[in-house]
Amino acid sequence: MQTTDDLDLKALLNRRQFVRLAGGATLGLAALLSGCGGESGGGSSGSGSLAIHFLSVQQAGTGWPLVLQTITADYARSHPGVSFTVDYIAQTNLYQKVQLLAGQGALPLLYNSPPVDTLLQLQKNGQVLDLEATFRQLGVLDQLVPAAVTIIKQLFNNQLLALPFELNIEGFWYNKSIFTRYGLQPPQTWDELVRLAGQLQQHGLQPFAASGIQGWPLTRLIGNYLFRKYGPEALLRVKSGQAKLTDPGYVEAAQAVANLGKQGYFGKGVAELDYDPAEDLFLQGKAAIFYMGSWALRDFNNPARNKIGAEAIGYFPFPTVAGGSGSSDQAPMNAGQTTSVNQARYNSAAGDWLAYVARHYGDVALQKEGAVTGFVVHQQPASVPALTRLVLELISQVKQPVLWFEALFSTKATTLSQQNAAPLVTGAMSPQDFMAAIQQALDQG
Amino acid sequence: MEQILHNRRAILLLVGPALLVYSSVVLLPVVWSLVYTFFEGNVIGGFHFVGLQNYRQLLSDAAFWQALTFTLKYAVTVTAGQILLGLLLALLYVFYLRRASALVRTLVFFPVVLPTVAVAQLFAKIFAIAPQYGLVNAGLALLHLDGWIQAWLGQGSTAFWVLALMDIWRAMGFYAVLLYAGLVEIPAELIEAARVDGASGLRLVWHVVLPLLLPILLSALIFSINGTLKVFDSVLALTGGGPGQATTPLTLYMFNTAFSYGQYGYGSTLAMALAVLSLLVTVMIFGSARRDVA
Repeated sequence: MQTTDDLDLKALLNRRQFVRLAGGATLGLAALLSGCGGESGGGSSGSGSLAIHFLSVQQAGTGWPLVLQTITADYARSHPGVSFTVDYIAQTNLYQKVQLLAGQGALPLLYNSPPVDTLLQLQKNGQVLDLEATFRQLGVLDQLVPAAVTIIKQLFNNQLLALPFELNIEGFWYNKSIFTRYGLQPPQTWDELVRLAGQLQQHGLQPFAASGIQGWPLTRLIGNYLFRKYGPEALLRVKSGQAKLTDPGYVEAAQAVANLGKQGYFGKGVAELDYDPAEDLFLQGKAAIFYMGSWALRDFNNPARNKIGAEAIGYFPFPTVAGGSGSSDQAPMNAGQTTSVNQARYNSAAGDWLAYVARHYGDVALQKEGAVTGFVVHQQPASVPALTRLVLELISQVKQPVLWFEALFSTKATTLSQQNAAPLVTGAMSPQDFMAAIQQALDQG
Repeated sequence: MEQILHNRRAILLLVGPALLVYSSVVLLPVVWSLVYTFFEGNVIGGFHFVGLQNYRQLLSDAAFWQALTFTLKYAVTVTAGQILLGLLLALLYVFYLRRASALVRTLVFFPVVLPTVAVAQLFAKIFAIAPQYGLVNAGLALLHLDGWIQAWLGQGSTAFWVLALMDIWRAMGFYAVLLYAGLVEIPAELIEAARVDGASGLRLVWHVVLPLLLPILLSALIFSINGTLKVFDSVLALTGGGPGQATTPLTLYMFNTAFSYGQYGYGSTLAMALAVLSLLVTVMIFGSARRDVA
């Protein structure tokens, strides 16, 4: 029997063979590794044909992708060779994905905007299209709702760097039946709001539903308190360094929200509550008031989720703060998760498509999704749900939109603010420490 | 065979490809990461040299010290729990249940094969307070212990213990089987002889069984401490590091810093701190092992 010892590898393998084999292995490995990268993202090529890719946190067939698919299908009838593909990415991974693709020059034509600091870096690298100039050149700047343009410019350093596929107004939604039952009125001032919460609690009801896991439904209250106290410039002053979050007036806002938590007005489980369960508390009549953006209308208008009925939901704006310079017609608004356009993949074919989208987005979104967007609506659908009509009306009345607490913060400061919101309202973190932690992150830049 | 192993070319050919892969996917990134600790920036904005600034920031960073304290506290608690309960279970299998232990072994081992995310969901539901009471709070309500009802995962102090409990429960079956294998290897005559000499119960375990089990026990310790120092998935799935940063270990802090905040340099510095910590613990364990076992 032949054993392995009998094998003479030296004889089997002369120098040339060895080099060939080793070289082959190396090349194979290199090919394998390089295969991991590669081009994706899409864009346009050739005359007339256009492959649009959209890096989106919403899946194909829902939300903005659905609206864009519908519009593109319509557009493709007169422009053959135009295709639209959605590359889905979970919201929590968006920032990483954008960074990864941008680093490889593979960012698609449309992508959901990363946080402000990253988007401005992308702009320096030529991967963000200035939409104000572009839309003016395409002759469709008038297709954007002025309020939407204002808030996007506030957000992105006074430039129009994103598309407002959503336009939301925020405020307190309340259960009208509960208010009627106990003879309560929507509050005009913060003090009245606090009193109202106390009355609701006495009746054995949880006053507010809010998600501590998300954090932002709580920090929104801090931001709005500041806008009411110092006016719309409140957080701009922090960004420019004129004011610090640790200044007594700013800490007062955190203290006011912490006090609500201390009284148990957010319920015992606020720190463990995620977005949907918090909304369900309100929609099942277990909590009386819910601070949220008007995107929640999708659920309010859905009878499967909304057990109290859409007609039982009312709205009141964030109340004024005693001695404050802000007013309640300065409404917190946002364009939701915005979408940016990659300048590096933009050309005249993409421009034609974009202009077509701008002219039709408002109509299609309202018809298909009942969604209010930052694009002008030309034809009101025959039947618009009452709450949607209310939101359209509220938005048209806004004198001056304001942003939200973290809008101008760095990514780290934003994360800290939202993570620490739950400890703030459960008393595990003092208002001073809460504001100091964010200010420190801001100082680091 | 000897001839082949004396042939350098053959050795290179056999080991080369594996070494090349290992170097390119393990060693190279490690060295790269070390270089990053002297830089700051990200892939979009580019990197710039900052010298030792990241290390200075590390020393004065309260969040780092908090994460380090949490990591150590968690590693000690969970390792102690996993090994101790694993050992007790193994003793139970061998000396009490004997041949009937197969079913119990399987049941206790079962959580090991469950996905972490599923286990975390299970524990989140058991300890929930909102929107509905979980098993624990419902039980307390049933016993009229209303003062004890609380947001178990909503407070740093209790969230730590829920997390520790979950990871001990999840892994003790594994250590029980590992130590069981060591126990059945102990010759029956030795135990018998000790019994004849009058040793029983705790004395038998302490003076005869444990010394013979020591090599396996040390392996189990290394496995456990290695896993707990690098804990990531169970924290992310159960508490997400919260409330606030109360249950954020070094790994999660490092991940957030590098990939969420886009601070690759400081994230690499945190990774370096974790590597040094793991190195210290490994040296400590091997140091004591050499005295006791080898």
